[in-house]
Amino acid sequence: MLEVLDPGLLTTVQDAGRRGWARYGVPPSGPLDEAAFSAANALVGNSPGAAALEITLTGPTLRVGRECLIAVCGADFEVSVGALPVPTWHAVYVRAGRIITFGTRLSGVRAYLAISGGIALPPFLGSQATYLPGGFGGLDGRALRAGDRLPLGTSPMPNPAQYAGRVWPVDRRPPYTPHPRLRVVLGPQDDYFTAGGLATFLNSAYQLTPDADRMGARLQGPPIAHRGATGIVSDGVVTGSVQVPPDGQPIVMLADHQTTGGYPKIATIIQADLPLLAQSLPGDRVSFAAVTLAEAQRMRWNLCEDVRTFGSPIPS
Amino acid sequence: MLSNGMYPRILPVGEAAFTIELGDAVDATLNRQVHTLDAALQSWSVPGLVETVPTYRSLLVMYDPQVCDAVAMRAALTDALAALATVDLPEGRLVEIPVRYGDEWGPDLADVAAHCGMTAQAVIELHAQPVYTVAMLGFAPGFAYLLGLPEALATPRLMTPRLRVPPGSVGIAGAQTGVYALSTPGGWRIIGRTDLALFDPARAEPFALQAGDRVRFVPC
Repeated sequence: MLEVLDPGLLTTVQDAGRRGWARYGVPPSGPLDEAAFSAANALVGNSPGAAALEITLTGPTLRVGRECLIAVCGADFEVSVGALPVPTWHAVYVRAGRIITFGTRLSGVRAYLAISGGIALPPFLGSQATYLPGGFGGLDGRALRAGDRLPLGTSPMPNPAQYAGRVWPVDRRPPYTPHPRLRVVLGPQDDYFTAGGLATFLNSAYQLTPDADRMGARLQGPPIAHRGATGIVSDGVVTGSVQVPPDGQPIVMLADHQTTGGYPKIATIIQADLPLLAQSLPGDRVSFAAVTLAEAQRMRWNLCEDVRTFGSPIPS
Repeated sequence: MLSNGMYPRILPVGEAAFTIELGDAVDATLNRQVHTLDAALQSWSVPGLVETVPTYRSLLVMYDPQVCDAVAMRAALTDALAALATVDLPEGRLVEIPVRYGDEWGPDLADVAAHCGMTAQAVIELHAQPVYTVAMLGFAPGFAYLLGLPEALATPRLMTPRLRVPPGSVGIAGAQTGVYALSTPGGWRIIGRTDLALFDPARAEPFALQAGDRVRFVPC
């Protein structure tokens, strides 16, 4: 049992996401920073997609009902267990009944708290991922509130204390920066833009606006020129799709994105770089760089290898 | 024939998806080709294929690049396109949707009637006449875009979308008609509502409609 004493600003349950329902209009949901989410789960011995908490800007205060390992990855927060400060990107042992407190946020936007055994709510359409606009998944389809109690799964290890202290290597953490360069694969509708429009997109800085949530992030910068039509017959959207409405200001679709859309999509951000955007604040500046499809696939492979080769703390 | 000028084309959507565009129009024949391609891909169980999203005129194919790289997936999709002419898609199931038109269930019925220059009763009769096809489900969970609205009923969207459209609402936007499965914001002109649960997660098939289904509205 995990008891919520103070929920923080926006804390939701997320697992690896809801697959197979996009054809019915259901987005994948899941963590915006998949690298941090996967690292947190790996540190506590969970399977990579186990349900954990996504914490936004202001962290929660929680009490754990049983001894466990926890790990906090992603945005950098001051975190304490009882009165003791604990590091992020570490596996930390927590005794039953102890209180986990999130203090000052030092950088980034979203942190992931994984607990050994994972959160064990009933899945909705096969997933515990919270989808706020639809009001489903997670705990009653909503953000956590004070007084909520989350059931935990069976601990993957009999004696968690002995697995504490493992660290997620610095060189495997996403290179968070307030000025991320996001790599993209151009298309599917890059031919809706002029050569000048494409050059503008690839050579300009775009500021993240306050209009950014789990559904998408509106950016602001030099307008990207369409060749002619500014709309398409609606087609499928993925996480990372960069659509450009008639005003020329790009919108990046994130995990809770609508599944189809009618704006031309100039490019798709590669999955390895989505964590950098997820940790950006309104006012931060991003830029884009085109890579080939083959390069993008190699980077995705590396990301998966990072998690796989870190291994489980539990001897098999 | 599929190949008219630039179509079909297979376009990358990041490193884990392709969009196969069969054309660039809202058209029943084109949409049926999309559903045929979708059904073919599903039945051939292409290795690495994760899920597909059929739309009016294209099919989004998401895949796992660790199982099947882009070159191999593009080749598989090209093969599927080549074999498409040999696939015979069975007609979609017919789903009858009982609808209460007008009053509190269809607050925009009078406006649609005024715009179309006919009585509310004539709008109801005309709307309930065709057998529609579910072209796609999208933007929001379970929202069904239907092909087949009589041209005489085309009505522009609301100037200001509603913040909340009740589930089951039946609406018109431009030349399209559709049904809301969940309560969402929406700008379609709402002419009626069904009590049929279009979405029920407890059912074996949580969504009552899928792309390719045929739909008839039954006034009640």
